[in-house]
Amino acid sequence: MISGAEIMVKCLEAEGVEIAFGYPGAVICPFYDYLYQSSIRHVLVREEQNAAHMASGYARSCGKPGVCIATSGPGATNLITGIATAYMDSIPMVAITGQVNSELLGRDVFQEADVTGACESFTKHSYLVKDTRELPRIFKEAFHIASTGRPGPVLIDVPVDIQQNKIESFSYPEKAEIIGYKPRTQGHGLQIKRAIQAIEEAKRPLICCGGGVVLAGAREEMKAFARNSGLPIVATMMGIGVVPMDSDRYLGMIGSHGRSYANRAMHEADLIILCGARVGDRAVAAPEQVAEQAKIIHIDIDPAEIGKNMPVDIPIVGDIRQVLAQMAEKVHYIDRPEWIQSVVEYKKSYVPHGTDREDAVEPRSFIRSLSQLMDDNAILVADVGQNQIWCARNYNVKEGRFLTSGGLGTMGYALPAAIGAKLAKPHREVVAVCGDGSFQMVMGELGTLCQTGADVKLIIMENGRLGMVKELQDKLYGHRYAATTLDGNPDFVALCSAYGLPAKRAESNHQAVEYAKEMLEHKGPFVLVCRVDPDTPTI
Amino acid sequence: MKYTLAVLVENQPGVLSKVAGLFSRRGFNIDSLAVGVTEDPKISRMTIVVNGDEHIVEQVEKQLNKVIQVIKVKTLDTAGDFLSCELNLIKVSANAQQRTEILQLANLFDARVIDVSPTTMTLRFAGTPQKGENLMTLLHPYGVKEVVRTGTIAIEKGAAITRKKEA
Repeated sequence: MISGAEIMVKCLEAEGVEIAFGYPGAVICPFYDYLYQSSIRHVLVREEQNAAHMASGYARSCGKPGVCIATSGPGATNLITGIATAYMDSIPMVAITGQVNSELLGRDVFQEADVTGACESFTKHSYLVKDTRELPRIFKEAFHIASTGRPGPVLIDVPVDIQQNKIESFSYPEKAEIIGYKPRTQGHGLQIKRAIQAIEEAKRPLICCGGGVVLAGAREEMKAFARNSGLPIVATMMGIGVVPMDSDRYLGMIGSHGRSYANRAMHEADLIILCGARVGDRAVAAPEQVAEQAKIIHIDIDPAEIGKNMPVDIPIVGDIRQVLAQMAEKVHYIDRPEWIQSVVEYKKSYVPHGTDREDAVEPRSFIRSLSQLMDDNAILVADVGQNQIWCARNYNVKEGRFLTSGGLGTMGYALPAAIGAKLAKPHREVVAVCGDGSFQMVMGELGTLCQTGADVKLIIMENGRLGMVKELQDKLYGHRYAATTLDGNPDFVALCSAYGLPAKRAESNHQAVEYAKEMLEHKGPFVLVCRVDPDTPTI
Repeated sequence: MKYTLAVLVENQPGVLSKVAGLFSRRGFNIDSLAVGVTEDPKISRMTIVVNGDEHIVEQVEKQLNKVIQVIKVKTLDTAGDFLSCELNLIKVSANAQQRTEILQLANLFDARVIDVSPTTMTLRFAGTPQKGENLMTLLHPYGVKEVVRTGTIAIEKGAAITRKKEA
């Protein structure tokens, strides 16, 4: 006989899960008891939301679904923001929650919450398990759904009695059979042909690289397509890092916080190839207007993305890696000297914003310096707020990665996601950048950092403000700083010392660079606090 | 414009709430939704009547397809001719003198009288929503006390069928 709890652990093992992030509670205890006896590493977080962020950082870094665990009721509801964050950025994740005894469901007993109901709009799929015998099928399906097609989080809610019940034997299904779920991977040949023809006829074509390219692991295919076609490229925030900033035909990030010359190229193009981009409002403020001036080719694995926000002329549904590989092979190089020259000129005439300061750390300039100090394959995790944009605009991703909560914009993402990323890629340099606002949302995770010993470098941009909102108040609300001043900040260096973490505080760019070098050379976690002028602009 | 969608789903708990939630979340307007099990007990069929333009219906179809338990979505209006029908139960005020008149109306519409009380009559009508509306208009002067409608169900004309994709 084998219990549901043991089956759950065996399912995770069968899926090759090596690490899980979570927080226990009464009704998930049977599962934890078997997890404890297995070879799967468990990372105890300090608050459940961060278990989901760690799983997300892990999944983004190694491509395998991240696993997070919480108990019923408040444990499960705390997890929700993390699940929603993963959903908006299409991150493969399996979230496991304990639930009250199935016979008590619906009676509002202690720590009962309808988490599958609450998560309906933030999960790719969810299960409330009603029978122990169904666990193997459900786990198999959950991992399959989370990691195929357009990835996303899948939730499995398991009542405590289902974990305790015993059945005869365990066997894990070889494959998931879901009649209504058959994601398309191959692009339609005829559509690809039409796309190639449109590209070759275009005078001012442009590639727009979105997060889907990163998720599909299509970096090389994208580079090959860009190289073979000779087209210039812009990226959305989630598409940052596919092409290095210093490549000559790469124009950087578009959108409300993007480069002006990248946006200019978007508006002047007569053909735009959207690759794995969902055309969010922050990336393209007026999609209809863009589509009026340009022909749109949209490549996405999710058919529902095509035409959702932007009218499309040539849709291609399929795995972007395969589609780009096919297109790279078929496309002919066409010389468009005028177009290329004009976009490259815009880029050349751009003067980076912000210069080194002696009285404070100028964050934009510092991120550029940091970029030069970091390894080529490093992982930079940016939080949300001004710090996110400072990083997105000034950090040069070479062979590494840029991780951030682009869709939901969840403050507090960076530290836990960086821990997850480091545990996925222990030999890569991992640096998290956050603000003093976002850091304080998750500073309990310093405990997790210490407990895991994950070699994460953390940079806190301390301006004593919720900077992005403050900037909005400066521009639109007559400098009335409603609730954006962080009086009551602790001494962050002393706080880190209390955890036994080495920390330094920089008051100028010169100092910041010096400490950053020390930080990057140091073995183990390190915190660098940078004092930033609250009036520093985001862009 | 109204569109009629045939949606095959896995016959499992929670599917209806997923589909209904999707409509409210994405701001699509449902006119009616009817659901029942099909010839295969593992599969249920929903008939959803949506109010919107072509773009909205395309999005509805795509978003429905993303629900894992949704097996097949077909917009019947674009697939060809189809027959639709709705079941109505109508309780109308009727004294002894009015009964014959109401009975005549019922006969005219192929509706059945399924219950009679000293002050009311209850009719069962099955037909197109339009015809149902007409019956209601004619019954209105007598005093319609209660109406229960199932929502439209629809099926394609001829040999065409809506079935799951072949594996």
